[in-house]
Formats: sequence, structure tokens, C-alpha cells
Amino acid sequence: MEKFDVIIVGAGLAGLGCAYTLAGKGLDVLVLERGDYPGSKNASGGRLYINPIRNLFPELWDKAPLERHIVHESITMMARERSLAMDYTGDELRREPHQSYSLLRSKFDRWLAEQVETNGTMLMCKVKVNGVLKENNQIVGVIAGGDELLADVVIACDGVLSFVAEKAGLRTSRTAHDYAVGIKEVITLEPTLINERFHLEGNEGAARLYVGDITSGKFGGGFIYTNKESISLGIVIGIEDMGTDHSAAEAPALFDAFKQRREIADLIKGGTTVEYAAHLIAEGGYNAIGNLYGNGILLAGDAAGLALNIGFTVRGMEYALASGYYAAQTVLKAKESGDYSSKSLSLYKTLLEESFVLKDFLSFRESPAVVSNPRFFNYYPEMIGNILQDIYNVPTGTKEKLYATMRKHLSVRDMWGFLKDLRRITRI
Amino acid sequence: MSENSALKAKLGIDVFKPGKVAHIKIKPGREKDARLQAAILLCPAGLYRANEKGEVTLTTDGCLECGTCLVACGIEVLDWNYPEGGTGVQYRYG
Ligand SMILES: Cc1cc2nc3c(=O)[nH]c(=O)nc-3n(C[C@H](O)[C@H](O)[C@H](O)COP(=O)(O)OP(=O)(O)OC[C@H]3O[C@@H](n4cnc5c(N)ncnc54)[C@H](O)[C@@H]3O)c2cc1C
Ligand code: SF4
Repeated sequence: MEKFDVIIVGAGLAGLGCAYTLAGKGLDVLVLERGDYPGSKNASGGRLYINPIRNLFPELWDKAPLERHIVHESITMMARERSLAMDYTGDELRREPHQSYSLLRSKFDRWLAEQVETNGTMLMCKVKVNGVLKENNQIVGVIAGGDELLADVVIACDGVLSFVAEKAGLRTSRTAHDYAVGIKEVITLEPTLINERFHLEGNEGAARLYVGDITSGKFGGGFIYTNKESISLGIVIGIEDMGTDHSAAEAPALFDAFKQRREIADLIKGGTTVEYAAHLIAEGGYNAIGNLYGNGILLAGDAAGLALNIGFTVRGMEYALASGYYAAQTVLKAKESGDYSSKSLSLYKTLLEESFVLKDFLSFRESPAVVSNPRFFNYYPEMIGNILQDIYNVPTGTKEKLYATMRKHLSVRDMWGFLKDLRRITRI
Repeated sequence: MSENSALKAKLGIDVFKPGKVAHIKIKPGREKDARLQAAILLCPAGLYRANEKGEVTLTTDGCLECGTCLVACGIEVLDWNYPEGGTGVQYRYG
């Protein structure tokens, strides 16, 4: 029977980050991926923040197929018939090193996999792992395509559903509350048009977030990222919230309604949709992180629940790459002693706790509860929209004083509610 | 174009490699389970439909393998697996 030092399940960012770190260290590493090529099953927003992981993979960033560096950030509150946008740009976002880049996963993952293979690591695609091998309470390998493959340690990097973690007994049930679905189109558009419409120059990029009517007032939102020659347009829908509202429109219709809003339609006019994708997002945050390791097994990336919604951005890619890196460090240490018990592998959790990964999750542990406040998705967009409508309106007769106009929409109860929400926001 | 055929056209842009068996099945006897209503609402590919008898049916052609239906309905209702290696949706952009 084949025996490896390490079997990595899944060639996404966690798996590839781990394999890249292990390459050239004298270990027999096998990476198994169910798709035709790495990235073929992966969809993201997406934007990668480089700062926290720059030094973990110092050689990567010069050559990586990143799309555009983000210099424009914006949030739009969408009411049914109007919207209010807040735009932020600054010289700091234009200065190198740039803090974040848009990217397309099929391209990026494929490239990263090539770097891993160049360093001598074995990557097998079109192979789905169906189960794990257990011996005396220790994971000793995987079952894939009818074969039993042995390893000292298995690293589950198989993404948000992680059947490997489930089969290893490290994850119990999935609750709808902790997940959202992201639905996305990639729309190609002339780079000159992209630059014109988003006020960009050269390789500058924009990130736009939308909340409100997009999800009929339910938890979720919309996003746009500009790529070199395309736009990533998507919506995110909370599964628990939307799945229990039988009066809601179906998800594909919500997507189309968002796409047809004037605020969006004007930006993508003349573009061609070249892909339609959907993928789950882990939204549970710190409280949803379960076991990170067991005897002979480590979980990294989405498989470990390491994705975070902090309101203005969804982050998971840096955490996937970084947790892959720390999983690799743990394995290298365990190799020295030949001890792959959960006691020895607990170093992984310590490394994550000492790094930005679990520190971020801890500091943002309140954010899932705060950002899912239903008032952000319906009440505020409508109220603010109504106030603006009246403020900007010049009627045929006399115009009401501004404060009086605002107070018309804001009772004492509204203001009290607003203060309470503000207090909750201060927790994140 | 009706809503459904517009969605079909959109899915037609994606690359799918056919597998031998359906990778997701509604468990026998569960066709009328109320939890399937969430799958009808949420499936991004519109693959769950209710018929006149109130039973929900599923075709897996065009499945984006997102797992939304699994999370929404649970394993009591669905027998859910990824398609075999090298089959199913193959994203070119992601
Ligand atoms: C719509 C959307 C927008 C997002 N936006 C952002 C963003 O802007 N910024 C950000 O940082 N994060 C974002 N995220 C989150 C981010 O995409 C994830 O956190 C990240 O992709 C996790 O990487 P991973 O390697 O853990 O998992 P994945 O990328 O899902 O990789 C898992 C891999 O395992 C393979 N696999 C699964 N099961 C098996 C098996 N049984 N056998 C073999 N192979 C298997 C899969 O094919 C896949 O290649 C977004 C997510 C979505 C859905
Ligand atoms: S996995 Fe996603 S696309 Fe496939 S049937 Fe379920 S919800 Fe629909």
C-alpha cells in the first residue's frame, strides 16, 4: 500500500498554501483534488489582502496572477427605489506595497499549483477523497477512487463542507445559521470601459459592496470587484434567513433583480457574462470554529471554519493560505519527533492563536451577530433613502427646514433604536 | 425569455462534465418534506421544483455543487455527495 508523509485533501488556497510550505523539505507529500485542475471548483469574491500573509510566502507576490490593486472602496445602501453610496479612496491605497488585490480563483489556484509542482510535490487532480482510514483512534490515511492511501498525517483542506472533517469525527452537524451562499457572474468588459466607469487608471481596481433591498431586506448583500478585463458581480444570501421566508423571491431572481438595478446595469452595460458560479461561505465566525486537529489530522481554511464576515468585507482567502502555512509548520515539527498524535499536533492551534488568524477571529467574534442585524438590510436603507429624497427635493411651494424634514422620518423611538444599534456596532 | 429559460441559458455558459450517476438525491419518501421549500428558494441553479402533487423533484444537470441545498435541508432529506472526481462543473474564472 502507498504510504506518504502527508496527504493534503483539496488544492484550494489552504491546501496549496500548505503544500507550497512543505515543498523541498524532504517529505513525501501528496495533494488530492477532485476538480479537473486546481481552482476548477472554487469561486470567491474576491479580494485578497496581502499584508498579513506577505512574509509567509515572500517569493509569491511579484509573479502571482493578481488582477487589480484596490484603490476605491465603496458601500451602497440600496432602498427599493433609491440608494446612497459612500466612497473612499486615498493616496495610501495607491502606494506600494498595495494592500489588496482582486483575483479570479481558477486562474490563481492553477498558477499556485504550478509553483507547488515545480518544487517537486505530487498533485493528483480528478481524484475525490471518499473517506478516511482510522486505526486505533488515529487517522492513518484516506480512501480515494477505491484506493487506500496511507499517510502519517492527513490535512483536510477540502473547503466549507469538509466531508473529511466530518468523516474523521471532528465536525458534527451544519447549522443553516452559519452559512450563506454566494452567487456570482464574471462579466467581461473592455479595460478602458472598466477604468472609465469606476474612475480608475491603469491597473487600479475598485471594490463595491451593496446592502439593503438586494436580499429583500434579509441578511446578505451584493458585491462588485473589478478584474483586469472583467467584473465579478455577486450577491450573498444568508441561508437560514432566506430559506425560511417563503414569500421571498428565488435566489436566481434576486440576482437578476440586483443586476438590473440602474446602479449596477450602468456599470456592466455592454459586458458579456462568461461564467455563472455559486459557492457557500462560512459565516459563523469564532464561535463556529470547532476542532482544528485530531490524532493524525489537521483542518485548514474553510474546512476549519476560518472565514469571517466583518461587514464591509468577507475574508477567507488569507486565513486559508495562512492556516495552510501553519499546518505545514506543525507537520514539520511533528516529523522531527515522529509523533502525530493530537497532543503533538496541538501546536497547530497555538501557532494559529499566536498569529493574526485566531487573533482576528477573537477580536471579531461579535461581528456575525452584529452584521446580521435585520435593520441594516431594510429599515436603514429605506429610512435614509426617504430622508435624502426629502432633503434633495425642492417642491413647488416652500421648502421645509432641513432639521424638520429629518425629524419627520425620525421619531424619538427611531433615534433610540439607532443609538442601540450604534452601541452594538462598537463591539466590532 | 422566461425566467427559467434565462437561467438555463446562463448555466449553458458554464462548463460541465457529465457524471454517471446523480450525485444528489431526495431520499425516498421525503419528496414532500417542508425543508425542500428552502432548496426551491435558494438553489442558485433552480434545480428543485414542486409538481402538482406537492412533491419536490430534482435534476442535477447544471448543479454548481455549492452545497446550499444540503445546508438548508439536511441529511435526513438529501443524500448529498460531490460528483465523482473529474466530473461536474469546471470553473474557468472562479
Ligand atoms: C461569493 C464568495 C465571495 C468571497 N469573497 C471573498 C473575498 O473577497 N475575500 C476573501 O478573502 N474571501 C472571500 N470568500 C471566502 C473564500 O473564498 C474562502 O474562504 C476560501 O476560498 C477558502 O479556501 P480553502 O482553500 O479553504 O477552500 P476552497 O477554496 O473551497 O478549496 C477546497 C478544495 O478542496 C477540493 N475538495 C473538496 N472536497 C474534496 C474531496 N473530497 N476530495 C478532493 N478534493 C476535494 C475542492 O475541489 C477545492 O479545490 C468568498 C467566498 C465566496 C463564496
Ligand atoms: S448543490 Fe447548489 S446548485 Fe446543486 S442542487 Fe444544491 S443548491 Fe442547487
